[in-house]
Amino acid sequence: MEVKNREYLEEMVRELRKEGTNVIIGSLDEMINWGRGNSIWPLTFATSCCGIEYMSIGAARYDFARFGFEVTRASPRQADMIMVAGTITHKMAPVLRRLYDQMADPKYVIAVGGCAICGGPFKKSYHVVNGIEQILPVDVFIPGCPPRPEALLYGMIQLQKKVKAQKFFGDVNRKEDKKE
Amino acid sequence: MENIIYIEKEKFHDVALEYREKGYDFLRSLTGVDWGEEGLGVVYHLENIATKENVVLKTLTLNREDPHLLSVADIWKGAEFNEREVYDYFGIQFIGHPDMRRLFLREDWVGFPLRKDYDMSLNPLRMTNEETSNATQYIEVLPDGSVIKHRDLLFDNDEYVINIGPQHPATHGVLRFRVSLEGETIKKLDAHCGYIHRGIEKMCESLTYPQTLALTDRLDYLGAHQNRHALCMCIEKAMGIEVSERVQYIRTIMDELQRIDSHLLFYSCACMDLGALTAFFYGFRDREKILDIFEGTTGGRLIQNYNTIGGVQADIAPDFVPKVKEFIKYLRPTLKEYHDVFTGNIIMQGRTKGVGILSREDAISFGATGGTGRASGWACDVRKRHPYAAYDKVQFEEIVYTEGDCFARYMVRMKEIEQSLNIIEQLIDNIPEGEIQAKLKPIIKVPEGTYYAAVEGSRGEFGVFLESRGDKYPYRLKFRSTGLPLVSAMNTLCRDAKIADLIAIGASVDYVVPDIDR
Amino acid sequence: MFDFGIITSWIHNWLLSFMPLGLATFIECVLIGICIILLYIIVAVIMIYMERKVCAAFQCRLGPNRVGPWGTIQLVCDVIKMLTKEIISIRSSDKFLYNLAPFIVILASVMAFSCLPFGRGLEVLDFNVGIFFLMASSSIGVVGVLLAGWGSNNKYSLIGAMRSGAQMISYELSASISLLTIIVLTDTMQFSEIVMRQQDAWFIFKGHIPAFIAFVIYLIAGNAEVNRGPFDLPEAESELTAGFHTEYSGMHFGLFYVAEFVNLFVVAGVASTVFLGGWMPLHIAGWEGFNAIMDYIPSVVWFFGKTLFVVWLLMWMKWTFPRLRIDQILTLEWKYLIPISMLNLLIMTIIVVFKLHF
Repeated sequence: MEVKNREYLEEMVRELRKEGTNVIIGSLDEMINWGRGNSIWPLTFATSCCGIEYMSIGAARYDFARFGFEVTRASPRQADMIMVAGTITHKMAPVLRRLYDQMADPKYVIAVGGCAICGGPFKKSYHVVNGIEQILPVDVFIPGCPPRPEALLYGMIQLQKKVKAQKFFGDVNRKEDKKE
Repeated sequence: MENIIYIEKEKFHDVALEYREKGYDFLRSLTGVDWGEEGLGVVYHLENIATKENVVLKTLTLNREDPHLLSVADIWKGAEFNEREVYDYFGIQFIGHPDMRRLFLREDWVGFPLRKDYDMSLNPLRMTNEETSNATQYIEVLPDGSVIKHRDLLFDNDEYVINIGPQHPATHGVLRFRVSLEGETIKKLDAHCGYIHRGIEKMCESLTYPQTLALTDRLDYLGAHQNRHALCMCIEKAMGIEVSERVQYIRTIMDELQRIDSHLLFYSCACMDLGALTAFFYGFRDREKILDIFEGTTGGRLIQNYNTIGGVQADIAPDFVPKVKEFIKYLRPTLKEYHDVFTGNIIMQGRTKGVGILSREDAISFGATGGTGRASGWACDVRKRHPYAAYDKVQFEEIVYTEGDCFARYMVRMKEIEQSLNIIEQLIDNIPEGEIQAKLKPIIKVPEGTYYAAVEGSRGEFGVFLESRGDKYPYRLKFRSTGLPLVSAMNTLCRDAKIADLIAIGASVDYVVPDIDR
Repeated sequence: MFDFGIITSWIHNWLLSFMPLGLATFIECVLIGICIILLYIIVAVIMIYMERKVCAAFQCRLGPNRVGPWGTIQLVCDVIKMLTKEIISIRSSDKFLYNLAPFIVILASVMAFSCLPFGRGLEVLDFNVGIFFLMASSSIGVVGVLLAGWGSNNKYSLIGAMRSGAQMISYELSASISLLTIIVLTDTMQFSEIVMRQQDAWFIFKGHIPAFIAFVIYLIAGNAEVNRGPFDLPEAESELTAGFHTEYSGMHFGLFYVAEFVNLFVVAGVASTVFLGGWMPLHIAGWEGFNAIMDYIPSVVWFFGKTLFVVWLLMWMKWTFPRLRIDQILTLEWKYLIPISMLNLLIMTIIVVFKLHF
């Protein structure tokens, strides 16, 4: 599959780092991000329809192992990315938040499908969260109901790019503020 | 329009028992309805297994503040979860019910959402963790008429209770079990649903009929065609629309393709849950071929939005027929490969044979239809019981096993794939010419009355209960979930099994969580 | 056949030429330690890459292919990622045991790994109880697993750990007995000796039927000992999410992950050394020319070739079979494998006593 290369993320980074970065930290940063970006392990998590498409991209035809998403971890401690595939309801919201909190930093969130992005067809329901951005910071949105596997792969590759464009030292690896 | 027998609430339990003794063993559907001024009540659909006769009962209470009805959970086991659902939706408390807790919503939910006077602003999004209460409620009525509530402990304090789900690789979605263990042996299991409860039934009440169709696909996404077929059939039945022969054939073929799709996914997931990861990929590989066929005609892979009221969205694609034939030719030998890889494996047989046995009586009592019921020796196929679409024109065998264990459930589904192939083979060459969409008025209004239609979904009887008041919106629309009876049977199935068996049982009964929670 | 002993003794003599014996030994120890750890990492990377590619091949997939040629550098990414992940400390867990557990597991794995004879003259720990030491050190791993399950204050972990305790200790028995079968044949436990005695034919041929049975039992038991499918109950992804290492993140988890694969390599290495001749080339008595050609292939290649072949066999097993249930696993061990291997040992003893072997 050819993925159309949209380089706006890279351009942004180039612009931001025009002033130049520290040679050692900069290149270390680059190496670490290259490593992190190519090895994003997703959490086995799916709530509804999109979850089946998520299984499809793991399966033979689409095979996300090619891009290094190989190891889906069932334990949130070991996962790097949570793909919120499906509707999040009021009862599920605290659970999802907890799952996210249980993951080790640096962690990423992909919102898959209309339901996770804004509530989708269930927007008016009494028990559906209208967009998981209310409860989690989302890195990539993949629209669709459900999105095609190609779309999912594209979104995941966008996440890879995003990770590679981040600053690791002093940004991603900072200690989380203890807010009580 | 169905004939509904009204029974006073005081007498209801006795009348129900009478019906049960007359042979009405199968509680098809239990639906709570809010009739506004006329009261809150429940509609029961019963079927006589032997004669296939149906009867519809209804009971209601006028008290809206503290409504009580008699429970029938001791007559039909399947009523237990359904009554909890009614309590959750309408606040009707069932006297004599062993476990009167909310089923779908949080324990601290305010109000009852399916009542017509429910105020949505009462329940904002709460991010606090839900405290799982360990107590069940049992309501008893004393001879003098006063009602008392008992609280029983669900698990003792010194039991080793582990929590499986909502995020767990083997619950097939966001189902949650609390399991009390002794060593690795399961002593008791408590199922928590509702983590994907989207309130589809309530939403349908504010949508026009064509709009409600879109939501059915998302109930059980592995039975998208069948679910939509059921609702379309119910509305068509209510409005008296004749659907052309061509549409009937197309719908039947699509239903069967969908069934194969679902069973292939079942195979994949069963393999994965039992630890044979490789077989999982084989199932998915072949499932893609069906999705290709679907995509060619409907444009969707998972959610197709294909059936409409009075027809189908679009005519079949030009390459539909050859592609389906090619697929049939491909799948037959592949099924043998599946059996070689997985079914014949001694470990697989050791894991599934004699595990999680469901007796025929229990299967009927729980209303566990579909592959689960047929594995227990209950011939419950709607396609045979009440033929619809083109099923009366085709020859196929209803697969029935009598063992009732995980292996039987697995084999029923695997054999059903072959039967589905047979059905498609008989129809695919004979699709008659005709219209694909009946002429309808621009605004669809269903005449007043109550209607029930059922199809054989991928995992059991999928029924639609529709109450109309003559508007363009349904007054009450209830979907008989195929998965809810299966989940309610889990406690019975898993007693004294190992944790690993819980996974095998869960895989073999094959529920889809969004279909349970709706 | 090139003897790596020449190089090592040359280094030894060179060091001795300008420093006392004690210092030289110390420096050699450090050097060997570094080499072992480096080799350990390389083996781990090869194994994980191989696992991914093999399982992809079984599953009609491609496996990693974007980073580096055929995805070969994928593992480097994974390691970098693991190293930079946060290590979560769990509230109300036993901090000391929780942090100790992965190191015990990796320690056991490194110790067992360093026993293997990688090539001619490339034995690190070569003494007269070699096999015994290897079995002993590899079974320390179970302590780490138990500690991990206990220390993480998680019910899944605890169940996983208890399972693995029962399983690893049980299967240790039949693994040891099947190795003992060969020791009866060789009357030595020293790895270099064992390899040398297979000069004319490998033990799997020499000891004919009992040796073959022992080989099969060893593969099954060894697979169970390293907790891999179909015996991956302690992790049992679809039952216990991640079993005993559910609560571990970052490099702590990485250590478990790596140890699992290297343990697999160790098991395969032992199998190939004891049954398939280790680094000894394929020799057929009487075919001098053939033997001479075989000798041209370096011993290291022979060892890794055989070991990776056994690894491949084990992977094939893992990716084909469903998982067993805990009671079935114990039944298999105590009711079938142990009696069979005991009987097998007896037969082997009779064969050796009456000199019925080749």
